[in-house]
Amino acid sequence: MVGGLFIIITSQNYLKKVVGLAIFQTAVFVFFVSLAKVLDGTAPILTKMANAYSNPLPHVLILTAIVVGVATSALGLALVLQIYKNYETIEEKEIESLELKSDK
Amino acid sequence: MFDIFLDDAPALVVVLPLLISAIIAFMPSKIWPWIISIITMLFHLFLSLHLLKEISVSGLIIYEFGNWEPPWGISFKIDGVNIGLQLLFSIFVLVSTFYSRKIFLNEIDYRDSGKAYSLWLLAVGSLNGIILTNDIFNLFVFLEISALASISLIALGAGQNRKALLAAFNYLIIGAIGATFYVIGVGFAYAMTGTLNMNDLVIQLGQYSDGQLAIFAGMSFMLIGLMVKAAIFPVHIWLPPAYSYAPSAVSTLLAALATKTILYFFVRLLYEVFIIYPSYLSLFLDFVLYPLSLLAIFIGTVIAIYQDDIKKLLAFSSIAQIGYITLAFSLKDHSGVASGFVHIFNHALIKGGLFMAVGYFAILYKDRVTLNSLKGFGYKYPITSFALLICGLSLIGLPLTNGFISKLYLFQALYTNQMYFSIALVAVSSALAVVYFWKIVEQMWFSEIKFKSEKEDAYIYLPIWIVTISIIVFGIYSTPIIEFSNLSADYLISGYQN
Repeated sequence: MVGGLFIIITSQNYLKKVVGLAIFQTAVFVFFVSLAKVLDGTAPILTKMANAYSNPLPHVLILTAIVVGVATSALGLALVLQIYKNYETIEEKEIESLELKSDK
Repeated sequence: MFDIFLDDAPALVVVLPLLISAIIAFMPSKIWPWIISIITMLFHLFLSLHLLKEISVSGLIIYEFGNWEPPWGISFKIDGVNIGLQLLFSIFVLVSTFYSRKIFLNEIDYRDSGKAYSLWLLAVGSLNGIILTNDIFNLFVFLEISALASISLIALGAGQNRKALLAAFNYLIIGAIGATFYVIGVGFAYAMTGTLNMNDLVIQLGQYSDGQLAIFAGMSFMLIGLMVKAAIFPVHIWLPPAYSYAPSAVSTLLAALATKTILYFFVRLLYEVFIIYPSYLSLFLDFVLYPLSLLAIFIGTVIAIYQDDIKKLLAFSSIAQIGYITLAFSLKDHSGVASGFVHIFNHALIKGGLFMAVGYFAILYKDRVTLNSLKGFGYKYPITSFALLICGLSLIGLPLTNGFISKLYLFQALYTNQMYFSIALVAVSSALAVVYFWKIVEQMWFSEIKFKSEKEDAYIYLPIWIVTISIIVFGIYSTPIIEFSNLSADYLISGYQN
């Protein structure tokens, strides 16, 4: 989780930022799934063998969150593509210097 | 004829825009997406009015999706807190949809107008979901839908200025971090209580009466995530570029409603759920929200004075105005929360009107509106300019405008809490608002160049004037806004005193 956040903050490359965001989100998803584990629990399927079930609800929530995460990454990548088409670079520093030039 | 819809009105106000949005996405036509959006919003307003009628009878509606009883199923809740906001939302979206057509035609390729309105309705539906939902995870989903839709809308501004892409990208990254923080908080809350329903959460949290570290961590994560989304001061950096490079119609919608709905949920979470730990709540309000609001008011106003670009100026003034709202909410009593809601209503109208007028100027000027470019506009386009003047005076808080009512109630609330320092600061910041607004007025009316008046587009100045007249009307006859705000405060604060 911290690794993902670190990538977002430190990297100068927009593509890497999107990747960092994906890692950050995935870490949170794993945290959610780990909440669901019940000691000695099995998959929540009705059988006579089981005496405790893991909680299926966090999995369902994360299924939704994964969809949201995919959409976020897709939109981020699309924006990176458009930025590349317009600026011909996706490095933050180069874009900043380009903008400074165009402002003058 | 509409009777069969009325039972499901709480769900329909959210689902209808989302459904229609999918239908109009691939229409290549110039005008049909707009007509369909207008009809959708008319029906939306009809449903909101119906909800208002129901609420005035019963006082509380809980709509259970698929008849799954809470706390198991997702539910929407409509009560005194959000019915006023719902009505404002519905009316304002209708007006700004009406306004948006000519603006979109000028600023984006007409073949994209189907997609633009599709995103527009997507943002509207999900923002409305934020107002109504009673489930903390469901809120995250709506938060992300609205964020993604508004990011795409902001990126549409790239046809005018490629910086819009950078603004949209930064919003995406920062917004997604905020939303993920919120989800971490939800995870902590769920781990401790096993519920996501807000009413049930209050009950379940009650069993940890002394408070657990995990809960406090979760609460902090949720609040910080929402603060990012609501652009409360130190985490506001995504907002000014996003508002100023978006197409003008989009800035109008976002500035007036997007942050307001999230602020509403923020205060609801504070006073309805976290109220169960008064010591934590007052710690957060006194030592985090209160100083940050003061900083936001001061710094937002000062930065606004030094802006040359008018849309950026308005965006920074939004930061300061959000500061006023959070300052009011940090007061922990009835008058504070009520004045916060008053300012949510009034500021939505004021900023909406200002962004509409400036958006029209941007089209007339065919470039970004800077201070210099406004020279003589007061004579050239008198109708829109006069509307801008009234909205601006209201932003400052002159009597006879609704901005005055906001300031009055804020001062009253601060005075009853004996916060004289904040009173002084709010007064100074209002005076500074005169400075930046005067710069605009000076360029528009008092420059050397005189122009003959030119014809203005009725499709555009009509919605601007609807907003402007409502600003004056609510400045003189402010009872509806005050009543809705008091109602909201009644519901929220009654929990606090128990």
